[in-house]
Amino acid sequence: MKNFIEVRNVFFKYGESEESSEEKYVLDGINLNIHKGEFVAAVGHNGSGKSTLAKHFNSIYLPTTGDVYVDGINTKDDERLFDIRKKVGLVLQNPDNQIVAGIVEDDVAFGCENLGIAPREIRERVYNALEAVGMYEYRKHSPEKLSGGQKQRVAIAGIIAMEPECIVLDEPTAMLDPQGRQEVISTVMKLNRELGITVILITHYMEEAVLADRVVMLNSGKIILEGTPKEVFSQVELLKKHRLDVPQATELIYQLRGCGYDLPPTVLNEEECVDALMQILKK
Amino acid sequence: MVRDVTLGQFMPGHSLIHKLDARSKILLLIAYIVFIFLSENYFSLALITVASLAVILLTKINFKFYLKSLKVILFVIVFTGILNIFYGSGTVLYEWGFITITEGGINNAIFVIIRIAVLVMISSVLTFTTSPSDLTDAIEKLLKPLSVFHIKVHEIAMMMTIALRFIPVFLEETDKIMNAQKARGADFESGNVFQRIKALIPVLIPLFVSSFRCANDLATAMECRCYNGGNNRTRMKVMKFSLADLFGLMFSLLVFAGVILLNLYLPAVVR
Amino acid sequence: MSVIKAQNLTLVYGKGTSFQKTALSNVNFEIEQGEFVGLIGHTGSGKSTLVQLLNGLLKPTEGTVYLNGKNIWEEPKKIREVRFKAGMVFQYPEYQLFEETVYKDIAYGPKNMGLSEDETDKRVRSAAEFVGLKRELLYKSPFDLSGGEKRRAAIAGVIAMDPDVLILDEPTAGLDPLGRDVLLSQIQNYHKTRKNTIIFVSHSMEDIARISDRILVMNHGEKLLFDTTQNVFAKAEELEKVGLRIPQITKIMRMLKKRGINVNTNILTIEQAFNEIINYLGT
Repeated sequence: MKNFIEVRNVFFKYGESEESSEEKYVLDGINLNIHKGEFVAAVGHNGSGKSTLAKHFNSIYLPTTGDVYVDGINTKDDERLFDIRKKVGLVLQNPDNQIVAGIVEDDVAFGCENLGIAPREIRERVYNALEAVGMYEYRKHSPEKLSGGQKQRVAIAGIIAMEPECIVLDEPTAMLDPQGRQEVISTVMKLNRELGITVILITHYMEEAVLADRVVMLNSGKIILEGTPKEVFSQVELLKKHRLDVPQATELIYQLRGCGYDLPPTVLNEEECVDALMQILKK
Repeated sequence: MVRDVTLGQFMPGHSLIHKLDARSKILLLIAYIVFIFLSENYFSLALITVASLAVILLTKINFKFYLKSLKVILFVIVFTGILNIFYGSGTVLYEWGFITITEGGINNAIFVIIRIAVLVMISSVLTFTTSPSDLTDAIEKLLKPLSVFHIKVHEIAMMMTIALRFIPVFLEETDKIMNAQKARGADFESGNVFQRIKALIPVLIPLFVSSFRCANDLATAMECRCYNGGNNRTRMKVMKFSLADLFGLMFSLLVFAGVILLNLYLPAVVR
Repeated sequence: MSVIKAQNLTLVYGKGTSFQKTALSNVNFEIEQGEFVGLIGHTGSGKSTLVQLLNGLLKPTEGTVYLNGKNIWEEPKKIREVRFKAGMVFQYPEYQLFEETVYKDIAYGPKNMGLSEDETDKRVRSAAEFVGLKRELLYKSPFDLSGGEKRRAAIAGVIAMDPDVLILDEPTAGLDPLGRDVLLSQIQNYHKTRKNTIIFVSHSMEDIARISDRILVMNHGEKLLFDTTQNVFAKAEELEKVGLRIPQITKIMRMLKKRGINVNTNILTIEQAFNEIINYLGT
């Protein structure tokens, strides 16, 4: 499979002045490849470097040393900055602070307007993007009247309208209630499955991470675990050591396995858990 | 609650006036204001007043909203009206001590009251029937020629857009922070002016911090969406003059011509 | 005598105008001294309105709040004292920090109460200890702390007022799992030591199940349920109807029961589930 994003031996620290030389690296030697159409979740606690990494995918931050390539373009290449940002869109955590205009459709159009696209096409793209996130009927509303989940979907639509190949979401659900989280995650899943958009989801909710094709776990600026959700969540011990959440279903099976019961190594949701338990309880 | 305050007085609708291009509305408004002040006798003043009322009727917005906007400056109208009674020339109608009321004074008072009232109501037509985003767009377009003098017209319009977008956000934030500090015993309601200002510090500092955070996020979000100032920027909503604008222009030109003719052929009032 | 009693609490915004909106209607309940009450309900159910009525930040249109048997609005001029007795920690409380040092910020509440220097100092130090803020942090600017530390400093600012009732509105929102676990156990520990009453608003059913004695469920501005944690989570269908869930572990036990395994479904934690299953297998 073709690598869409390549992170090669990236180190990053804030500031380049002399005095900050002893400050520690926020990213400490990251190597990561992301394929086209993949859905990757990056997890880790606050300060693990996951948000800093997210901002490397579209040249908001540049590596202190090392390189990031997006579709073969080095993110340090100034000339092609807009090409990179057209390919990789970024959605931030706070739903209020990333909406620019006072009307939903105007905001979604903002990116396309910056790209100098013809008005007719902008309208088409804006409507398609709003349809894709299920916010079409709200196109004339003002953002402050929307719920958190709706605002976040508008922000996603603003990126989708630019027709990116990849969308990076930096803890998009951290400030939302369960319903808003559900709305955002199912929207993201839909974009990935139906439109084939590559998704990089930064989150600390494990129930979101289990939906991904691949989970990358960061700690102190390093990738410490990488694999399918099944592989990653089988490492309950390691997850707990790094104080990450383990779904209750996973943890229960893990504990029972510890007592010698014959159970599968990983279950990710309640259905799998009940199925597994039935095997031993029926006897 | 602060967040209940509605900002901007835009009232969506489908009237002829709503359909006018925002640029036409701004330019015509300026012309109306000029002609309100150019009318020199009761006939021309009546004409422009009646024309303005016709426009107001055409907006299909309840007249009580226009009265409401008048109410806000009712004091100013009454005050300047009364003041004007004492200035003027012509026949003395009443004299008591140092107070003299002349025919010109009465005329002045009536003129000033009607002019301000019509001015406020016709200005409300613009704000009632034009959305804030259309307004900023129109201002950007109209000021475009100024960029010859290196005035950053696009940036100014962008700042207006962002300000309009974030005023409600900050009002809500203020509300939240005030409540949080009240829960810790802050007292915003008693004490003298200095004590009250001091009591606001616990609100203002968090508000500054959060506005910086917000600006930072917004700047990143705009960068992510390839914002690069006004260069090569297109707009989704293209402003177009339509038949409605032509109609509006014709109507207004007739009114203005009428005002000029009435001014020319009928005597100006004694002032 | 109950520490808090709500009688026919009703709040209507903009009464008599076209914007009239009933935020809360006819809510009645009593909370006993020393109880740990979980408050749940989806966004817009009236939770936030309710807690703001309890400490006098909002005034009811109808009905009465009794704090220690006294109508809190009996003397409107003394409403500040009510706020000291019913301490309120808002969502994202770190946004209210403003002083030069953490110490001064925590001391803001006690100072407003008119306490002496000595007493204030004692309060600040013990509050900081409850939330696990190290001593050297007290003399730092609150803006230099990490996200989790800021949150804890802000909570200390309310704890320092030594309230009889502590109301926490989603205190763990936006924290990572590590920060959340630490904060939850600190709150539990504070509750055990101080033996005061706590009202805890949360969207996380797992957290609510772990720490509450009783749960108050709000829906559309009305009280839906107010019962022991076990009894509330036994009504899964009712909760689902109003957009709420039950903890995953409780759901697993209920699913087992449905499939013919005769286990106890009054299960709220992984530990309980683990024991129940071991027991079942043993018999």
